[in-house]
Amino acid sequence: MSSLHLAILLPFIAAIVIPFIYPLTKRLHTGWITILVPAALFLYFVFRLGDTANGGYIVEEMAWVPSLDINFDAYLDGLGLLFALLITGIGVLVVLYSIFYLDKTKEQLANFYVYLLMFMGAMLGIVLSDNLIVLYIFWEITSLSSALLISYWFTNKGSIFGARKSMLVTVFGGFAMMAGFILLYLETGTFSIQALIDQRDLIMASPYFIPAMILVLLGAFTKSAQFPFHFWLPDAMEAPTPVSAYLHSATMVKAGIYLVARMTPIFAGAAEWFWIIVVTGLMTLIWGSVSAVRQKDLKGILAFSTISQLGLLMVLLGLGSAAFTGETIDENLVYSAAIMTAIIHLFNHATFKGSLFMAVGIIDHETGTRHIQKLGGLMAIMPVTFTISLIGLASMAGIPPFNGFISKEMFFTELLHISSMNVAGVETWGVVVLAVAWIASVFTFLYCAILFFKTFFGTFNKENFSKEVHEAPLGMLISPVILVGLVIILGLFPNLLVPTVIEPAVASILPHLPAEELTINLSLWHGLNTELLMSLGVIGFGTTLYMTYPKWKNLWLMQHDRDPFNSVYDKSLNGLSTSSEWITNVQMTGRLKDYFTYMLLFIVSLLTYSFIRSDSFTLSFAQTEEAPLFLYGIVFLTILSTIALLFMKERIPLIITVGVVGFLIALLFAVFSAQDLAITQLLIETVTVVLLLLAFRHLPEMVQETGSRVRKSLHIALSVSVGLLVFLIGTASFALRNDANFTPISEFFIENSYSLAGGKNMVNVILVDFRGLDTILEVLVLAIVALAILMMVKLRFKGGEDV
Amino acid sequence: MLEIIGYIALIFLSISIMIGLYRVIKGPSMPDRVIALDTIGINLISAVAVISITLDTGAFLEVILLLGILSFITTVAFSKFLERGVVIERKRDR
Repeated sequence: MSSLHLAILLPFIAAIVIPFIYPLTKRLHTGWITILVPAALFLYFVFRLGDTANGGYIVEEMAWVPSLDINFDAYLDGLGLLFALLITGIGVLVVLYSIFYLDKTKEQLANFYVYLLMFMGAMLGIVLSDNLIVLYIFWEITSLSSALLISYWFTNKGSIFGARKSMLVTVFGGFAMMAGFILLYLETGTFSIQALIDQRDLIMASPYFIPAMILVLLGAFTKSAQFPFHFWLPDAMEAPTPVSAYLHSATMVKAGIYLVARMTPIFAGAAEWFWIIVVTGLMTLIWGSVSAVRQKDLKGILAFSTISQLGLLMVLLGLGSAAFTGETIDENLVYSAAIMTAIIHLFNHATFKGSLFMAVGIIDHETGTRHIQKLGGLMAIMPVTFTISLIGLASMAGIPPFNGFISKEMFFTELLHISSMNVAGVETWGVVVLAVAWIASVFTFLYCAILFFKTFFGTFNKENFSKEVHEAPLGMLISPVILVGLVIILGLFPNLLVPTVIEPAVASILPHLPAEELTINLSLWHGLNTELLMSLGVIGFGTTLYMTYPKWKNLWLMQHDRDPFNSVYDKSLNGLSTSSEWITNVQMTGRLKDYFTYMLLFIVSLLTYSFIRSDSFTLSFAQTEEAPLFLYGIVFLTILSTIALLFMKERIPLIITVGVVGFLIALLFAVFSAQDLAITQLLIETVTVVLLLLAFRHLPEMVQETGSRVRKSLHIALSVSVGLLVFLIGTASFALRNDANFTPISEFFIENSYSLAGGKNMVNVILVDFRGLDTILEVLVLAIVALAILMMVKLRFKGGEDV
Repeated sequence: MLEIIGYIALIFLSISIMIGLYRVIKGPSMPDRVIALDTIGINLISAVAVISITLDTGAFLEVILLLGILSFITTVAFSKFLERGVVIERKRDR
């Protein structure tokens, strides 16, 4: 076990320890202990930065289930390290924020930090594992811990609803993803991502390529809230705000982005990969930004904004996959800029979205509401929060001099670049892609403006708020201020992190390109060009739209702030449960009659099918012997009395006839010279008849069958077919036995029953000597039955007792 | 010769069992049916005896004895049931 493994497992170890420490530290907020974990990990990962420079990587192997090729192999490269830094860095800030957000006297802090640490460890596991199955396991742990965190206030109905929804959607995707992984394994025989990248050509040529790709993408899309699986994210906003800031802006929703980036070297180059990702991303981008404008809840706006930004990241990753299609390295390097942009925007988004969530959390915490129509005029009351929001929103809207501006400019550059080039037949649609992205940017600007002006400007109505409104405590402001500081610093000095963090990450997404060529120089001002004009257009149109907002805010589009996919989800979930209930009700009637019908139908159809399949119908009487006439008489009598049983209307005749049948069978045994059987049969028959008489008194009147004519004839047909089938099987196996000329084992008993066992009664010798074991167990059965009857008679429940 | 006679006897016995069976199925009252069952039992005893003669074996003599006892027990059980409604009565003093 290396230090890297220890780093992944540290949060889990801490999660085990926390509940034991929690009761001992009532005076200290548990968060102060928890914060040590991400802080230590963050420092650890900062010191590992040197290892990944210039496309370097570290592999640490640890066997887990080697026989199934499942090994806990840690793999640290630029991409993994970037994510690890995000997870641990924002983890520190979120834990710090949560210390002031969650009250230590009112909340179950141990639960919160255990879930959070579980989540943190699982996220680290996802981004640092090289084995697909291990990645899947951590993936599901994030789904689980995310659901636990969303339902942290589990007495709240909305929390449970949101948790269940996110769980169902993400686990559905995760499961599909695992299926995709297994398809990859079937093709290549390895679960290691690096080994898969080496076998890229094999995978591209395999018939599993498209299914595996779609399944893996399903996992990524559900996790990253891509269209049409985005509807769980707004409902996940029922979680405490630190959770929303951490999971639903910076880390978990980026797991899908990570997966796409990680899988890019395996799948990219195929036109399907390019188009699926680009189109899904664009849909998500436009859908999220338009929906965000309609929201009335601050966290709702941020949720849809996150969806839209994730769509943007997806588009960039899709466009960047063109770097695998180019003829020359230079051409590929041009496309690789899209990946670079994606990584930079990923980083930027984590900073500003985290700070915005925290700011919204402060507003919620200090005013008691997040509803946009109640809020207003908070600028003078909450100056620090105001500043944080201003910078975060300006960055998100893409206004200079913040980091969002740079990544948005780069986004436009990439769109312009690629739409002018012939990649995967992009030239006809390039303009559409560009237009959609531009419109989405306008809407992004619009909802940022709404969020900003509706919250902090306007009039302050005291009666809207349940408590005294004031600025948040200092501790709560530290984390968003740090994040906003990053937003400003990365805006003014955009090249700060590029060589150490961004470039290695890009190099690990594009391993086929020389790492030293993947350089980029960022600047706030890159001359007067089309991108700048597009940005100006965004600002201009966005401002116009905001100015005219009162005129069109009552449009039909704006009235319905619930996402239409919610009703699809609700209806399908309801439909699923009602239809399964219906199916259960149809088949599980509770009547033995029906269950017997199913069983017999199944037996008959299965046996008939196999009979037809193997063509083994035989009606051969060649080997049979001539029977004496009286035997016909006895058999006729048996059949007659059996048929008579069916028409009996009272119990006593029924029992008597059963007795007659038993006696006749005993006679048949006698005719076939089985005297032991005949004796036993007689005894059993008599005892049965007497027992039936004994039980008679307690039985209700006989109920006449009152089924419809159709049902009755169905039953008759079924029983006839069962009888016929058994008859056919009997004759067929008899014929087979004669054809195959088996020597019956009875020869041995006939020869040896006296010489070996010293008995002349062969049946008895078999029962107690040759096959005595069966007899012992039969005796046991009788003993158990006797005891059971005794229990049933003696130990009757008196009622009121629980069984 | 003996075999043929045995077969003929068995056929006749079968016929008389069939007549008994007719009573069991049809029999207007319950005692009719019980008596018919008794009759069938007796016929069966005869049939088993004839079979053991035709098969020339003494192995079925126990069957005959047993059948006699069981037929009796069955008839008694039925009769008691018809008369009293139960087969085994409880002790009075409980």
